[in-house]
Amino acid sequence: MKKVVMPGNETVAHAAIAAGCRFYAGYPITPSSELAAEMSKLLPRVGGKFIQMEDEIASMAAAIGASVAGMKSMTATSGPGFSLKQEHIGLACMMEVPVVIVNVMRGGPSTGLPTHPAQGDVMQARWGTHGDHPIIVLAPAFPTEIYMETIRAFNLAERYRNPVILLLDEILAHTYEVVEVPEEDEITLEERKLPPSGLDRLDFYTYERHEGDPPLLPNFFQGYNFHFESLAHDEMGFPTTDPEKVAYLSHLREAKIEKHKEKIWKNESYLVEDAELVVFAYGSVARAAKEAIDRLRAEGEKVGLFRPITLWPFPDKPLKRAVGKKKVLVAEMNLGQMVYEVERVLRRDVATLLKADGTPISPVEFTEKLREEL
Amino acid sequence: MSYMDYVRTFKLPHSWCPGCGIGTIMQAMVRAFDALKWKREDIAFITGIGCSGRMSTYVNANTMHTTHGRPLAFATGVKLARPEKHVVVVSGDGDALAIGGNHFIHAARRNIDIKLIIINNSVYGMTGGQVSPTTPQMFRTQTTPYGNIEPNFDVVKLAIAAGATFVARESVTRPRNLAKLIERSFQHKGFSVVEAISNCHINLGRRNKLKDQITMLRWINDRIIPMNVAKRKDPEEIKDKIILGVFHEDKERKEYTELYEELIQRAGGKK
Repeated sequence: MKKVVMPGNETVAHAAIAAGCRFYAGYPITPSSELAAEMSKLLPRVGGKFIQMEDEIASMAAAIGASVAGMKSMTATSGPGFSLKQEHIGLACMMEVPVVIVNVMRGGPSTGLPTHPAQGDVMQARWGTHGDHPIIVLAPAFPTEIYMETIRAFNLAERYRNPVILLLDEILAHTYEVVEVPEEDEITLEERKLPPSGLDRLDFYTYERHEGDPPLLPNFFQGYNFHFESLAHDEMGFPTTDPEKVAYLSHLREAKIEKHKEKIWKNESYLVEDAELVVFAYGSVARAAKEAIDRLRAEGEKVGLFRPITLWPFPDKPLKRAVGKKKVLVAEMNLGQMVYEVERVLRRDVATLLKADGTPISPVEFTEKLREEL
Repeated sequence: MSYMDYVRTFKLPHSWCPGCGIGTIMQAMVRAFDALKWKREDIAFITGIGCSGRMSTYVNANTMHTTHGRPLAFATGVKLARPEKHVVVVSGDGDALAIGGNHFIHAARRNIDIKLIIINNSVYGMTGGQVSPTTPQMFRTQTTPYGNIEPNFDVVKLAIAAGATFVARESVTRPRNLAKLIERSFQHKGFSVVEAISNCHINLGRRNKLKDQITMLRWINDRIIPMNVAKRKDPEEIKDKIILGVFHEDKERKEYTELYEELIQRAGGKK
């Protein structure tokens, strides 16, 4: 392990390289541009490819194209660009192509507040593309965690053959902090499972599999002349409108994430056990919450934090287990998005601390709000 | 091997209307694959959306049916990942020049070694016959019931201006020439564009007194003129004609993925 001072954007870039990412396609957008800049420097050094495409849509497409051709691949963007990428995120879900998308959240809607933080894209990350689709969304909050979650994003994408979205915000992306960069032997990398090479032809239906498994698809040029299809397709990957076949694959796509969500979930419970009031917060907001909790604990107040690192699939069971019947306050840098999910899971109303004016929720604001609720 | 080895015969019959030019263009393309003895496993064949987009289902290679207008962007990722492979894109006039216009000009500007065939039937066929960027002026379509007032793109001029290093045009009415021309474009190292003039008698012709394939193909045939013939004519005489042939071929300009390999060397990256 070595300690390096860098901002979140650069941390993601270095972690991506360590995770085996060898292709990046992107388009300049504040506040994620430094991530692209870092990748443009790092990738050619390891024989990888960086390309600045003509727009956000094209960069999502190129990243998927490179992945189909066998490369671990990624793109990064922010709000408006994330909106533009949605159609192709859906394509990657449909074709079951691994790819990592980083969205550095800024104030919205529209052009909004390009240089200010927000958490207004958490629902878009889940439901942004049209149609039912599975998705994995990670929201790290600390510098070393950003590094490790980036690696996990690539691992999950390859394991489940699905897009994985890594959410940062302007604060995390731009704050220079100490990152504990692990050595190569301290991290585990996952490679996508491929059918064996050298067969005359694939002797199984490629999209057919046990419920919960990702499909065993060949890469381009592996020798199998495989078809990747954006239309609803059958077990061989060819277009179909047969309701049974459409439902079959749609179910399998959902099941591969749903069946493994216990393994995908990751969250932190901080001083929750004896707490009377539990804060639900994620990303940079959770850090202010922690600070406030420490202050209040010093005064003897029983407050704690439940911090999901995996936002989607939503950690329903861990949340229920952690908070039970305790009082809950949801804090987020938006006008209320994850709060509805929390209320749905807990089946009751919860308190909120919401802010969407481009400024972070400060530990002082947190402390005051928590005192009110205690 | 025969050209039919590049066709997924088990997916036939195809979904195109009887008399559609797309089948002719597909055969010309797979004949070019066969003539060059390209291995199917080394070909990435990528299409967008529309009637032309369906071709990736029928071609026996590494295929991908992507989104409307964006096959070139996907192809760029594939080509960068595996520069030694053949990457071929088929796109319609709406796909390549309207929704995908940005990707078209930038792929041309980069001179990335992707072989693009634009099937230009001057209409959005699959969606029922709406005006496209290449619909002739005053033509009636589903969305121009009073006649199209918009001027149309000249694919050849656009491709040359954007930086494509091989630019040519042929017509489905001359299938052998088309196959030869596609074969030549496939041998070019760099971004190549072949505009294949095609017919949509169903969704364009029927609204413009060209309602069957023979009438519409005759109409195309009357308007085309090979470049060598055109050169001998008075420009005034051929101003409404569609000139066929190779308009631009630049063998000097370096191709994008080659330049990228040099960049990697400069950056000190191992190959």
